[in-house]
Amino acid sequence: MFAAFMVISLTACTYNNSTGQVGEGVYDPYEETNRNVHEFNRSLDRIIVRPAGVGVTTILPDEVEDSVGNFANNLGQPKVMVNSLLQGDFRGAGVSTVRFLTNSTLGILGLFDVASDFQVPQHDADFGQTLYVWGVQEGAYIEVPVLGPSTQRDLTGTVVDLFLNPLSHYTDSPEKYYDPAASVTSSLSARGRYTDTIDSILYESADSYAQARLIYLQNRRFELGDNDSEVEIDPFALDTEGF
Amino acid sequence: MLDRRFFIAGLGSTLIVPAMPSFAMTQGGASKLVNSLVNDINGVIASGKSETAMYQEFERIFERYSDTSYISAYAMGVDGRRATSAQKRAFSNAFHTYIARKYGKRFQEFIGGSLEVKKVQRVKTWYEVSTVAYLRNESPFEVMFQVSDRAGKNLFFNMFIEGVNLLLTERTEIGALIDRNGGNIDAMISDLRKTR
Repeated sequence: MFAAFMVISLTACTYNNSTGQVGEGVYDPYEETNRNVHEFNRSLDRIIVRPAGVGVTTILPDEVEDSVGNFANNLGQPKVMVNSLLQGDFRGAGVSTVRFLTNSTLGILGLFDVASDFQVPQHDADFGQTLYVWGVQEGAYIEVPVLGPSTQRDLTGTVVDLFLNPLSHYTDSPEKYYDPAASVTSSLSARGRYTDTIDSILYESADSYAQARLIYLQNRRFELGDNDSEVEIDPFALDTEGF
Repeated sequence: MLDRRFFIAGLGSTLIVPAMPSFAMTQGGASKLVNSLVNDINGVIASGKSETAMYQEFERIFERYSDTSYISAYAMGVDGRRATSAQKRAFSNAFHTYIARKYGKRFQEFIGGSLEVKKVQRVKTWYEVSTVAYLRNESPFEVMFQVSDRAGKNLFFNMFIEGVNLLLTERTEIGALIDRNGGNIDAMISDLRKTR
């Protein structure tokens, strides 16, 4: 299982970089397919996700929304722990262990983020990041139905992370639905909370596909600390005459 | 051919400028600029003025603190090379208003929040001023300004919000507007005036 994913991710780096280069550090050989998926995602957002998100934020009090977010976040901590270990980040693994134990007990099953009140820092790690640390290349940009922007490396990471969640192994118990339910609700609540920002990208820009792609890639590289893919802009290397 | 000649002329000027290193700019100067920018933005937000009045204030701030001709030229990209002077001027004007509105909307989310300068670092011929934004009910996030004295005084020429780069974002947007208008620069400018 694990090996199969490794193969997918490793093939990601063998793609020839000479085609699909859009410039500005964007590698998008599947642009046509991606754009179709983007149109689908946009319709899905307009018809279901956006109204549901705005509904969730309007109906639920802020405290409840925060609790749902905390709960989903807490259930993700074992995944953070495992990925931190895989990256050799023992401090991060320790932080997420402390967070998980504190919030699961004092925070009443993770509904309250007591760890933050105790000044335990936020920590996040995922398998896409682990692959980056291991030296796997980013691969092509991919827009995934429902999930949105990703890359070959990150999509591989997302799939592996599903299996790193211990709750996903309780095949018969209703508990296994807690995490997906909380994740969906917390995503909807984020959609509602950031309505203006997300709307400005999806509905107010001239080319929402290109904007979403650029913003995703830059933000993801920033999170990973990947400065090599960054485009350096020299303030002196441009003719500004007349502007 | 004409394009190429313009391009070479452009290259020539960029080769000369860096040959005169600017010692005038200091770390303190770069951070002072950002601090004063942040204060002005916070002042507008706290003023409680109407939305329209706020956007006008933001436009003024943008013109005062940023290297507007550089940002406009960068946003227009290669298409700037075939633009006439009149088009460049019209574009710059429309672009300033557009930027002020677009980022002004985002700044409103800063109500009750604050930006703090954390680190200033020299990179080649410019400075990078890292600030942290503290907003209500949000995890703190990084906003970084790139400052240079290219235009004779300290001005910011780019801004990164959590790694997302203003120049690249706007070049993508303007490029898409030009494509949508079949390469017509005047039509792009009039579209830009219409965006809210």
